[in-house]
Amino acid sequence: MGELIKVGMADMNCTYHPGILTTLGLGSCVGICLFDTSTKISGLAHIMLPSSMQIKNNSNAAKFADTAIVKLIQDMIKMGAHKNKIVSKIAGGAQMFNFSDTSDIMRIGARNVIATKEILKANSIPILSEDTGGNYGRTIELYSESGILLIKTIGCGIKQI
Amino acid sequence: MSLTIDNLNSTQIDVLKEIGNIGAGNAATALSKMISKRVDMDVPKVNILEFRDVADLVGGPEAFVAGIYFKVSGDITGSIMFLIDINSCKFLIDMLIGGLDFGVIGEQLNAMQISALQEIGNILASSYLGSLSSLTGLNMVISVPSLTLDMAGAILSVPVILFGQVGDKVLLIETDFIEGSNHVKGNFFLIPDEESFEILLKSLGVL
Repeated sequence: MGELIKVGMADMNCTYHPGILTTLGLGSCVGICLFDTSTKISGLAHIMLPSSMQIKNNSNAAKFADTAIVKLIQDMIKMGAHKNKIVSKIAGGAQMFNFSDTSDIMRIGARNVIATKEILKANSIPILSEDTGGNYGRTIELYSESGILLIKTIGCGIKQI
Repeated sequence: MSLTIDNLNSTQIDVLKEIGNIGAGNAATALSKMISKRVDMDVPKVNILEFRDVADLVGGPEAFVAGIYFKVSGDITGSIMFLIDINSCKFLIDMLIGGLDFGVIGEQLNAMQISALQEIGNILASSYLGSLSSLTGLNMVISVPSLTLDMAGAILSVPVILFGQVGDKVLLIETDFIEGSNHVKGNFFLIPDEESFEILLKSLGVL
């Protein structure tokens, strides 16, 4: 088993095989997992917001879907990953609280997921699988050995995608 | 540069601390009336934290907690969230309706227990906001509560994202209510919208 590397909120990290990247308690945030099938270099970003464009204070690249994905790909390439071999899995984007009037901010989870997919597509990175939406939190672990993404919840079981 | 949590001066932080203090005092009184018992409180701690440190304060991102969320409207707009650890929840529900029968993590609360917890949140938030309203002379109304029980990190993502739209830090008021040998530990997030933050500080005479 590889070393377990924690990624915090609005944070990102990459690892060589056999490291395991994890992020705990994803809510409306999205965990973006990138995996190079040839070198087994993997990366994980825990993003909070869809776009850095609409926000003045945007110095932290890991906070936004658009900047995090680009930075994560760059970091992985620096470590020796091949861009055309990188695939992705995504999890999170839940709506934690229910309100009858679904304002933009309450739908932030869904917006994060949409933005993540658009930006992955723009960077020609296929999405192999996803576990998004719902109204519950997720802890995820990305195994660089197999590219398996393990998803743990409270009350909604454990699964692999 | 607009005013955010990231660039407050020490006077402004002191004033926010004092609001936290008075608000929590009122909330403790309300709680005491509700359960007909004496409730003491520790001096609230006001923390301005980096995102990554927030979850550690409540027992880590995977701790099982209850979040009660309200929208605020009126002269200022924004949100309020209470975060209560699961043991404190059990104690509060037991106090209010008694005969508590849940313990397993992940087990659903029944409708009565959820309702009780929402009502507790409602009373705490109302008393908190009431004191803020009388201090500032601003009119504030809270929405009906929305309750979620889940991992702390997931619940915290909601206030953190709201704060994240304008800055990189979170304002958190930590209160400790004490009834006999029982401690009810609550964390309280006051999240004014960007424009409302200035209105709030102006009305308190520190801007």
